[in-house]
Amino acid sequence: MAILVFAENVKGVYKKPTLEALSYASAVAKNLGTEVHALTFGTVANEQYQNLASYGASKIYVINHSALTQFIGPAYASGIAAVAQQTQAQMVIMPQTYNGRAVAPRVAVKLDAAMFSGVTTLVTKTGNGYEVQRSAYSLKAIETVFSNRDKLVITLKVNAYKLEKNPAAGAVENFAFEPSAKDLALKPQKVISASSKISLTEADVVVSAGRGLKGPENWGMIEELADLLGAATACSKPVADVEWRPHHEHVGQTGIQISPNIYIAIGISGAIQHLAGVSSSKTIVVINSDAEAPFFKAADVGVVGDAFQVVPALIDSIKKYKASH
Amino acid sequence: MKILVCISHVPDTTTKIQFDAEGKALNKSGVTFIVGPYDEFALSRAAELKEKQGANVTILCVGKAEVDPTIRKAIAIVGDQAVRIDAEPLDAFFVAKQIAEYAKTQNFDLIMFGKESIDFNGSQVSGMVAELLDLPDISFATSIEINGKTATLTREIDGGKEEIVCDLPLVLSAQKGLAEWRIANVKGIMAARTKPIQVVQPVNIPYYTQTVKLAQPPAKQGCVYVKPDEMDKLVQILAEKGAL
Repeated sequence: MAILVFAENVKGVYKKPTLEALSYASAVAKNLGTEVHALTFGTVANEQYQNLASYGASKIYVINHSALTQFIGPAYASGIAAVAQQTQAQMVIMPQTYNGRAVAPRVAVKLDAAMFSGVTTLVTKTGNGYEVQRSAYSLKAIETVFSNRDKLVITLKVNAYKLEKNPAAGAVENFAFEPSAKDLALKPQKVISASSKISLTEADVVVSAGRGLKGPENWGMIEELADLLGAATACSKPVADVEWRPHHEHVGQTGIQISPNIYIAIGISGAIQHLAGVSSSKTIVVINSDAEAPFFKAADVGVVGDAFQVVPALIDSIKKYKASH
Repeated sequence: MKILVCISHVPDTTTKIQFDAEGKALNKSGVTFIVGPYDEFALSRAAELKEKQGANVTILCVGKAEVDPTIRKAIAIVGDQAVRIDAEPLDAFFVAKQIAEYAKTQNFDLIMFGKESIDFNGSQVSGMVAELLDLPDISFATSIEINGKTATLTREIDGGKEEIVCDLPLVLSAQKGLAEWRIANVKGIMAARTKPIQVVQPVNIPYYTQTVKLAQPPAKQGCVYVKPDEMDKLVQILAEKGAL
């Protein structure tokens, strides 16, 4: 019995979503009286293993295979299921990142487990099964979902659970796993346009702008504001559609769904499709010249004013604050 | 080439979501249902592939008879025939199992889904179907080109895209970018009226998960307004929330 966490090795580093998954798994393990194991593909530096240990991994299984240095969803799923079976894990928990989402359903089928995706609360034992909450209807609802299966696969929504250190032994153990030819059917080629900037889905703060900016040449102040806040930049759909900004910045119903701690929306009216991508952000700041903009109804903090005056003034105030702190 | 496109029957994106008295299901009264917007990327790409290199396209939906109009909307974009598996799609594994049971004898070269349904937002069914059929799958696909028996795809990853090559058959889930959205033309809509929808009985398996309750997300406390000439105050709030 154990809880297995898929620790996503991103170029030798475990990022926040993985550490959140470990923090979450540790809390669940405490309630269930069991322990947390981590599984990682490829070796990393010692301090990275120690990072997994400090967030609660009592054992760290390493699958080190020359064919699996790059992510290959079906093969990773087979490896995760192999470890889960051999260690009799009753739960497999992973961050709801692109790779976590890619492997989780396959792992669930391999283990004949029920799957809860994008959970936002601790999974609890109830009656003859498990219960947890997650968002549904594109953030317009909260679903409580139940399963009486004895095994679970869970993906944890990014930014939904706080980081919590839970020092554990973190014994590193190699796990022998040989992917099948079918596991390796996908041949990864190259990565395109991965920016070195802050990842939108993992960012703590996101600065987003829309049509109110009037043209792509006006994004300088948005980028400056984002840099000052260590934030990622995003945009609304109309702005991506007319190619003022790249499509990978589009947040909303048909774009990327994000839930940062702080979402700052500038010159975005707040159409229901936009809210479907951002409304689970913890604090929403809306800057808009139209006091009737629907976004103010979903906002925590509002500024009714012209972006071309408000944003430069905000930048000045932040610089002043930084100089004095 | 044989293509299967699996679609979801979901409330229109502008719907105000409300629940029944028990809080266990959507209150459907007055709700317009549509083909899932991500499913439409898959449909649109199927239409492009059919035009460009020829394909026989099947549309599949798991649902009761109420979903037939949604299936017809999909066929109006593309589709030589459609299949409806006659069951309530209440759990991802249940749905995946129904689709896999149907697909396993059909020898599809390409099976496409939207990256998620916009009701339960699970992103589960495509990966489960792939696993059940022992096929490779690519989730959040943003492009696919097919040359003979080999496909070149891109999938979304953090901050960019990854290019992947894979032999057919394969399963993918569609992200924005896979195709230009198509709007059905009059000819398509007329033709969709007479295309066959084959009704298939579901295989008998239990639901692995059950919805216990659906509720509105907690309402915002209300908006605190900061005047445009009080940006120091906004900075103070941002600092308290941890942005600085």
